[in-house]
Parts: sequence; C-alpha cells; structure tokens
Amino acid sequence: MSLFKNDSDFKMDVLREVGNIGAGNAATALSTLLNKPVDMAVPTVSLLPFEAIAERVGGSEAVVIAIFLRVDGDAPGNMFFIINREPARRILQGLLGFDAAENDNYSELELSALSEIGNILAGSYLTSLADFTGLHMSPTVPSLAVDMAGAILSYGLLQFGTMGDDALLIDTTFLEGQQEAEGHFFLIPDPESFDKLFRALGVPL
Amino acid sequence: MTEGTLIKVGMADLNIADGGAMLRTTGLGSCVGLTLYDPHLKLGGMAHIMLPSSDIAREGQLNIAKYADTAVPELLQRMISKGAVTGRLLAKMAGGAQMFAFMGGTDTMRIGPRNVEATKLALERFEIPLVSEDTGGNYGRTVELNSLTGVFSIRSVQHGVKEI
Repeated sequence: MSLFKNDSDFKMDVLREVGNIGAGNAATALSTLLNKPVDMAVPTVSLLPFEAIAERVGGSEAVVIAIFLRVDGDAPGNMFFIINREPARRILQGLLGFDAAENDNYSELELSALSEIGNILAGSYLTSLADFTGLHMSPTVPSLAVDMAGAILSYGLLQFGTMGDDALLIDTTFLEGQQEAEGHFFLIPDPESFDKLFRALGVPL
Repeated sequence: MTEGTLIKVGMADLNIADGGAMLRTTGLGSCVGLTLYDPHLKLGGMAHIMLPSSDIAREGQLNIAKYADTAVPELLQRMISKGAVTGRLLAKMAGGAQMFAFMGGTDTMRIGPRNVEATKLALERFEIPLVSEDTGGNYGRTVELNSLTGVFSIRSVQHGVKEI
C-alpha cells in the first residue's frame, strides 16, 4: 500500500517532526513527574505490516502495560503509551513510595496511577500537536490493559484494516538515562487524517 | 507435514495442516481465531479473522483471510481441496475480546463481539457445527490446533492454558 502519492520522503519527515514535538512534550511531562531526566530517541515513522508492529515491543505474545486512547477531533487516530514491566515498577515506586507490583499483581491504586500517567502524557502529546497544527484534537478517557502486545495493538489497527495489511506508525522510544527503553509512544492516525495533518502544516498534497 | 511441525498463522491470515502438525496464532484480541477440523482425515484449518464483513473493505486487493464472511468460505475451500468433506467438519473458535472498555462504546469498540457474530453467521451458512468456543472477555489469547487430535488449546495471561 502506498499511502502518499508524491513527496513521500518529505511527508515521512513531516510526520517524524509531528512525533518529535508531541513526544518531546510528553517526555518533559514524564521527567517532571519522576523528577529525573527522561530522554527520547528520534521518532521513527514507518509503514509496517500488522504483524511487525507488535515486534516493536517484544512480539505479539509479550506482556506489556498499555494505555490506549482514541484521539477525537479534526485528525482522529489511536494512541498507545506502552511501558515495559520493569520501568513501570520503578515509576510506581517513585510515585507511590513503596515497592509496587510484586509478581505483576497490580493493585487498583497502581493501575489507576499508571492510567493517570498515560493520561497526562497523552494529554501533553496531543496539546502540543494541536498547538502546532492548529487542529482540534482531544483524547478520550484512557483505558489500561496489561496483556499480550498483539491483542492490545490490533485494536489500534482496525481503521487501517479496511484499507490493507499495513499501518503507518509514529513510534517514539523513551529512555531513562542510558538505560534500556522505558516505553513507547505510538501514534497511529486514521488513514483519513494524514491529508488533514499535511494541509494544516502547509504541506502540498 | 510431520508431527511437531508448527505452522504460524499471522494476523488476517489462514492456513491448513495435517499429519500432526500444529497450527498456531498469537495475540488474539478483538480478532477471532477460527478452526475447522476433519476428524477422519486429521486435517485442520485455522483463520485469524480481523473484521466482520468485507462490505467495509476499501482495499484494492482484498485480503480474504481478514473478513469473517470471506475467510470462512476460503478456509472451507482449502480444506475441501485436501479431501475434507463439509459434513464432517467441526468448528471451534476463540477470541473476540473487548480489550478496552469505553463509555458509550461505538461500533469500532464493539468489534470483538461483532467478529464473533459474523463468524457464527458464516459457519451457519455452510452448516458447519460450532462445537465449542471461548470468546468474549477483555483479555488476549494465543490459540493452537493439534491436527492429530483436533484439540484446540487457548492460552491467556490471566487464565493460563485451557483446552476445548
């Protein structure tokens, strides 16, 4: 599937910048929340087969913590904040002040805290994106799941499902210091949203 | 195919296996893992169905394994070409979960239950009996069909392994 008829490279660059701005703000918010520096890798923008998307976070059966939000407004889409289990434990420890999530059994409080973190980060991502594009974008109430990556992510691919077997993913990896990836921010705009994003940013279609 | 061979069925994909080979699809959320089994030939088939109806397709080259209404006849055809008889086939399925709960869920949010309904409808059309199912809920599943025994096993994070 070729999503963009012309200037494909340039358009991918523009989307990378969209990821940069959104995730940059989210990283700052996370850093404030944890009171320590949080880095992010340069976002990658790729058209991936459905199967390959779950590979980004350890494979279809890897258990991940995911906060999912639907983006409503001018340029709708799906957003996932995916945290690996070990960093999630550390984040909770930092926030709640006690050893959290022993043996992956999350209490209501811990799940609620993670969900709220997702809400704050997604909110900052979308706010900066809305400012940058002048488009109206608002997140739905976040929903949290601890489950197989494939089962979770397939939910964000349904809009692309009717069009082909690939989806365009804007992926930003968070890093804490020099450590392994803390988590990922996935933005999967609906196929119809790309033209609106490009128009808003003055990119010729 | 020999015993112990594992055949992976991807998302929006289907395949068949015999001779004791296993068919496997991972990370079913709202998608449905449907299997057909011919006990006489010890021949199994599996489809990883993503969407209920090909009516909503806007793709140029239709992936018939993706939609319930097209995947069922295709899988059936593949089995018949290997000698299966429709009247002998037994269906089992799992998946169709609602991974995330939302207030005032739209149709997209209800995709899991809709996939299950559409798959059942397609099976009825060919009069293939659904002998067991493990559908719904809010959790992901990985499923396997043993082509030697017809045993369908379902693994989930919260509930471990169960066989139907």
